[in-house]
Amino acid sequence: MSAVDTAPPRPAATRTRRRRAALMGRAPQDTPAGIGTYLLLATTMLFAAFPLYWMFVIATSNDEALAQIPPAVTPGNRFLVNLDEVFSLQDVYFAASLINSVIVSTVVTVSMLFFCSLAGFAFAKLRFAGSRWLMLFVVLTLTVPNQLGVVALYIVMGKLGWNGTLLAVIVPGLVTAFGVFYMRQFILNTVPDELIESARMDGATTMRVYRSIVLPAIRPALAVLGLLTFVATWNDFQWPLITLGGTDYPTSMVAISDLASGNYVIYRRVLAGAFVATIPLLIMLFIGGRQIVRGIMEGAVKS
Amino acid sequence: MSTTRAAPASSGRRAAAGRHGPGTDPDDRRLSWRDRLYRFDMRYMPYVLIAPFFLIFLVFGLFPLVFNGVVALRNYRLDDPTLTGWAGLANFRQLFGDEDFWNALYNTFGIFLLSSVPQLLLALIVASLLNRRLRAQTWWRVGVLLPYVTPIVASTMVFSVFFSRDFGMANWVLGLFGIGDGEPINWRADKLHAWIAIATMVNWKWIGYNALLYLAAMQSIPRDVYEAAAVDGAGPWRQLWRITVPMIQPVIVFTVILSTIGGFQLFIEPMLFDLNAQAATGGPDGEWQTIAQLIYKVGWKDLNLGYAAAMSWALFLIILVVAGINTLLTNRLSGGRSR
Repeated sequence: MSAVDTAPPRPAATRTRRRRAALMGRAPQDTPAGIGTYLLLATTMLFAAFPLYWMFVIATSNDEALAQIPPAVTPGNRFLVNLDEVFSLQDVYFAASLINSVIVSTVVTVSMLFFCSLAGFAFAKLRFAGSRWLMLFVVLTLTVPNQLGVVALYIVMGKLGWNGTLLAVIVPGLVTAFGVFYMRQFILNTVPDELIESARMDGATTMRVYRSIVLPAIRPALAVLGLLTFVATWNDFQWPLITLGGTDYPTSMVAISDLASGNYVIYRRVLAGAFVATIPLLIMLFIGGRQIVRGIMEGAVKS
Repeated sequence: MSTTRAAPASSGRRAAAGRHGPGTDPDDRRLSWRDRLYRFDMRYMPYVLIAPFFLIFLVFGLFPLVFNGVVALRNYRLDDPTLTGWAGLANFRQLFGDEDFWNALYNTFGIFLLSSVPQLLLALIVASLLNRRLRAQTWWRVGVLLPYVTPIVASTMVFSVFFSRDFGMANWVLGLFGIGDGEPINWRADKLHAWIAIATMVNWKWIGYNALLYLAAMQSIPRDVYEAAAVDGAGPWRQLWRITVPMIQPVIVFTVILSTIGGFQLFIEPMLFDLNAQAATGGPDGEWQTIAQLIYKVGWKDLNLGYAAAMSWALFLIILVVAGINTLLTNRLSGGRSR
């Protein structure tokens, strides 16, 4: 080591080659990132964040800022004015639509977590006739794109009289095959059989086992699935547009599309609304980003 | 009688039964309620636990898919409830002669190519950047998910302004490089430009998500694979293409399938890129109308649900075929050398 230190400075080319030779054979994840990697990642972040930033710029600007070259790149001071305009519109009830989004996303998320963890628990730890076949069925339906059934779903909802109501948006989202699959995998891997056995010895019922043993153990998985479900439900557009479009009280995504239709669209209003509807998700990413990252990465390895 | 009743019971339960004494009538059902509860719990409770999932999923998930096939074979118009009955294959026959359908298929395919190929290549590069020993590692991973959590409705509105003809940022930036200087590009005037604009939105949304999928796979590659690779003296770039990519091939195939399924159902971006969104025409002349958009228009603007259902089935088959072809192609391109 000291020989290297005292040696006369080498030409840069040799140094690079030596460094490369030292790093070779190391897995990339063990190789410290160089300045180039950080620069490229920073550029990636810039691209990822810029549309959000620019959404805020337009949401805080006046009309002139949108009609100039070069375009505005710094926030204006009219955010509250624009917000006030959006919330006091007479043809789009934006505040109500936000409340609807909160209701739909919360109910769907809570029910997903409850029903999918129940079913996942049954498939992971309970013995019952047909469990293999039923689980195979769940796995097979994982990849079926539900969107392709919207026409028939609309007819079903029509028969039930639910079109145009929040029920039409909530009920189909109450469970998913992915949720059951995800919960089953997690419970299979984290809840020890012995723990359940000994609780059974003490006379615990199935629901008691679920409540006292399974639920505490799967908290991390509930956080992951809950965050992913909330984000997906909040952002859903096609089905809410079909069943709630044209009604007075749609979800916020449909309301934004209402703001953006008509002969003359006022973008600072639309984007002020869009920005408000994005804030809850940014907060979730800020608080639960680690969980969301983990959920996506775990899903990748298992599939 | 008493022995059979006691057999499945544990000691606690036997004590409970014993409290009633031996003189009780054997037919008295109150005696065995705990046993029966226990038996019910063991035998039927699992079904009770999975029942909510299956009930809701069958009624609102699977049944609509199957029922869709029935609707496709019928006359079903929202504006004319009297027109009912079986249509046979008429809806499907109409499909083959429908210029709108072929145009939408062409658009969907074009946008899909412009979005999926750059999306997955860039995701690979971002993943390999993230796959280093990084300071603030979590922070970077969370950062690439910003587009993933942003509502597509919101980001599409931003991009819609971004790609406006007169004061859009896209034209301004391109102008700095001398492109479209004399005459600004009208992104909504022809197919190619509209496709590029929409593909940009799709790419922005999904690169980070796919990068994390790749990153997860990259981190599960055994380390000694890289040690062996050092022998041929591969640099980081060659390492990525010759070792990492073939090793994570299953996940690449998975993302190709995912983006095929998603890309062929593209709806929000083409809908809201249109200045007249409610019409669902995808441009004045259908320049960027996708199939999902056409299904919406046929079903809820033209009020012809039967035909829309037939179109959904066609789309389903197209997705199956394209996903199959893409899987084969990806297998060839990403793993051929290692096999």
